[in-house]
Amino acid sequence: MTDTAETIRQQAAARTIRLEVARYRPEQDGEPVFQSYDVPLMDDWAVLDGLNYVKDRLDGTLSFRWSCRMGICGSCGMNVNGEPRLTCGTFFTEYGDGPIRIEPLKGFPVIRDLVVDIDDFLVKLQHVQPWLIREGEELPLTAEYAQTPEQLEAYKQYSMCINCLLCYSACPVYVLDPDFLGPAAIALAQRYNLDSRDQGDRFDLLNLDEAVWGCTFVGECTRACPKHVDPAEAIQRYKLTAAIRSILPWSRR
Amino acid sequence: MIDVLIVGGGGAGLRAAIAVAECDPTLEVAVVSKVYPMRSHTVSAEGGAAGVIGVDDTLDEHCYDTISGGDWLCDQDAVEMFIAEAPKELIQLEHWGCPWSREPDGRVAVRPFGGMKKERTWYAADKTGFHLLHTLFQTTLKYGEIKRYDEWYVTRLIVDDGRVYGAVAVDIRTGRIETIPARSVILATGGCGKIFPFTTNAAIKTGDGMALAYRAGAPLKDMEFVQYHPTGLPFTGILITEAARAEGGWLINKDGYRYLQDYDLGTPTPTPKLRSMELGPRDRLSQAFVHEQHRGRTVETPYGPVVYLDLRHLGEARIDARIPFVRELCRSYQNLDPATDLIPVRPVVHYMMGGIHTDLDGATPIAGLYAAGETACVSINGANRLGSNSLPEILVFGRRAGVAAAEFARSHRQAEAPAVQAQGRDEERRLTHLRGDGKKGERIADLREEMQHTLEGAAGIYRTGDVLAKAVDSLAELRQRASEARLDDSSTAFNTELLNWLELGCMLDIAETVVACALNRTESRGAHQRTDFEQRDDAGFLAHSLVHRAPDGSPSVGLLPVTITRWPPGERVYGR
Amino acid sequence: MTTYHAKRDHLWFLRNRTYTVFVARELTSVFVAWTIVYLMLVIDAGGPPSFAGEPWMIAINVVAFAATAFHAITFLNLAPKATVVRLDGWRVPAFMIQGGNHSAWLVVSGIVAFLVLKGV
Repeated sequence: MTDTAETIRQQAAARTIRLEVARYRPEQDGEPVFQSYDVPLMDDWAVLDGLNYVKDRLDGTLSFRWSCRMGICGSCGMNVNGEPRLTCGTFFTEYGDGPIRIEPLKGFPVIRDLVVDIDDFLVKLQHVQPWLIREGEELPLTAEYAQTPEQLEAYKQYSMCINCLLCYSACPVYVLDPDFLGPAAIALAQRYNLDSRDQGDRFDLLNLDEAVWGCTFVGECTRACPKHVDPAEAIQRYKLTAAIRSILPWSRR
Repeated sequence: MIDVLIVGGGGAGLRAAIAVAECDPTLEVAVVSKVYPMRSHTVSAEGGAAGVIGVDDTLDEHCYDTISGGDWLCDQDAVEMFIAEAPKELIQLEHWGCPWSREPDGRVAVRPFGGMKKERTWYAADKTGFHLLHTLFQTTLKYGEIKRYDEWYVTRLIVDDGRVYGAVAVDIRTGRIETIPARSVILATGGCGKIFPFTTNAAIKTGDGMALAYRAGAPLKDMEFVQYHPTGLPFTGILITEAARAEGGWLINKDGYRYLQDYDLGTPTPTPKLRSMELGPRDRLSQAFVHEQHRGRTVETPYGPVVYLDLRHLGEARIDARIPFVRELCRSYQNLDPATDLIPVRPVVHYMMGGIHTDLDGATPIAGLYAAGETACVSINGANRLGSNSLPEILVFGRRAGVAAAEFARSHRQAEAPAVQAQGRDEERRLTHLRGDGKKGERIADLREEMQHTLEGAAGIYRTGDVLAKAVDSLAELRQRASEARLDDSSTAFNTELLNWLELGCMLDIAETVVACALNRTESRGAHQRTDFEQRDDAGFLAHSLVHRAPDGSPSVGLLPVTITRWPPGERVYGR
Repeated sequence: MTTYHAKRDHLWFLRNRTYTVFVARELTSVFVAWTIVYLMLVIDAGGPPSFAGEPWMIAINVVAFAATAFHAITFLNLAPKATVVRLDGWRVPAFMIQGGNHSAWLVVSGIVAFLVLKGV
């Protein structure tokens, strides 16, 4: 927030919008309850600015994650009026006079208020071996592996994932079956599979019922993704790869 | 017992962790981070990372650019070492999979950058920090031995008789307080931009590591040198990368005039010229903005005066190919399209040149305690950092600190000191009593805003002695008030209010050192401009400020000579 | 650490339009299966089975035809997700792959129709 925050608040006193925020305090709540807050309705405020207004001015006990407020750190994903969104990039103007209902991301255990437990994703991410796998001698630190812009383009889109987990929250398969490897982890596996420098083989990790074959291709992950990674595409592409490899065992990728 | 405990999971911390794991896989290495590592602020770096690879470029030229850019306050031995190692680190990242942008023949591409005489800035479009951080994080997953404490917040270093023995940390999720004994500790917590009201820095940049070291008795260095980046979006403070100017963007005032030509930064050319005009150093560009404002040639907006960054002549195709994130940010957060609209920008606090005083291996004066990245000050950035030197800095010094801390841990195998558990219990008692203590003092946010405005007023782009002196008193008084702040949240689960209060304490300590160092330095150099002492004074101040915490908690400032090897102090020349 | 786990939502597919459309599309598979069964009956009988002319049978087959066509069209439209075609670095846009699929489908249908109707 900027140095003029106070001035803006004064100008804004007249118009407000209601935020209906899910609260879950494990010491006192058996399940989430909604609490309403009226915050200034500012044209250039994002939902996150509204939450920060609540935290700073109205109720210091509200907990939520945020950091960069420029759509790149991936912290502030929440369910806004039923849709998984990055709250730093979701503006009041989208919601007219409100109210706006803000809930934690669906599909994850809730730790507190709007904070969810995402450790499951980190386990899955590690499981797909999201690092460059090389065989044989490494090049010395004086030479890079050549990669043409076209080769870069082949995987670049999948490298744009910020791990915000909106895709998991949008995925009905994941919400019903937490064992499903899920969109972001598979997209990141594909990010390395399609990298011309990678020599690894993630077939045994991906060609499973709870991996690519768990996906029923609803396509909501792609719609939810704020960075246009298109995880649904990544998964369907690997299904084709896996199908071909299962039929033709000697073919790769 | 942990061998190497790393506080901070950004670029420097993760690079250090990999260095330790590669040094000796038998060592226990742990990364404690108050956010998941991939949320760290490295993720926001946009423009690129400097490393000499061109056939027409030399290490000496990069050294000279860095040293003159830093107004001769850099330690030249450190700069020489840093610049020699930077290309290797960038190639190492390439070997780990970083998606660097490429030339058609497959080599890594480089672009120009501010204050650099040659094209040597490696980039991954304009999300370089994002790609660098995710590459590092994903690579750490390969090393099963790297233990992570995600969303743990370190509140205190355990130091006894001049040596570090670990840290006390809170598990933010459960509120559990734990003493983590360690043979060596690396602080890699990044900068402290949040001590100012208008900053590109993320919410988490509250100077925690600097405060931990300072309270433990380690000195901070050059804290008066705060970098304003010339192009931030008004209101949000979102950074518009220098790469936008490197690709040919112009800065124009309200008359559409490229005003930098009036400030000894060269003459306008249609295409970018290295070390000239829009590709001058950040301190000079931000200072030029203030003069334009005084001349009435900026544009007033509800969020303060702005000038414009003009990218329209670059065309949609080039913008999309080279700086797509700039377009994405402008569209999402400023509701404009740089392909057809002018971007309003104003200087914004971006980077702390100062930090924890370390040697070339990241070692602080406390045995076993290391620091790397923005939280440290080696110093290679002097009085003004050049854009694209900070990403290689976190890699080079992250690795060096990792190697040195691993070596220290291997050679200090004795059991933990008795002081460890006692200090841990003290800290646990303090923290337990804090949570939702029912006090009805002032709100944390009010205190934070007052501190931020005090800092902006006193230690902004231009400073004067009497305002700084007043700020010393204001901050001391704020510290008192903050100790009695209102805490409503008594929960142990994800209590961000307590976290914000602890962060405020760190920021107040750091703010005091910034003001104290700025008051003490009665000259103008780089990012530190005193209106009451307008000249650079090499006789008196070709020296680092070194600030210790006095027993009463107040900062005590001394000087430490700068190391000069081959580049004697000279005039900073841009555009001529 | 106590965390809250949301209860399983048995009506999840009604919460969001995309989910509903998805489930509806999945249900058309039943008619695709029926179409195959019916086709086998036709082959087995060497012609339309005796009940083919019944009004209820015609109704079922009209619905089955619509559902199968819907399933086929949406299937072909989704194909670009699984097959990314690059020619010299240029990514073939989705509509061209979809157009190619539909054209091929029409051609194959035309050939089948020709072979079947030739015998009439």
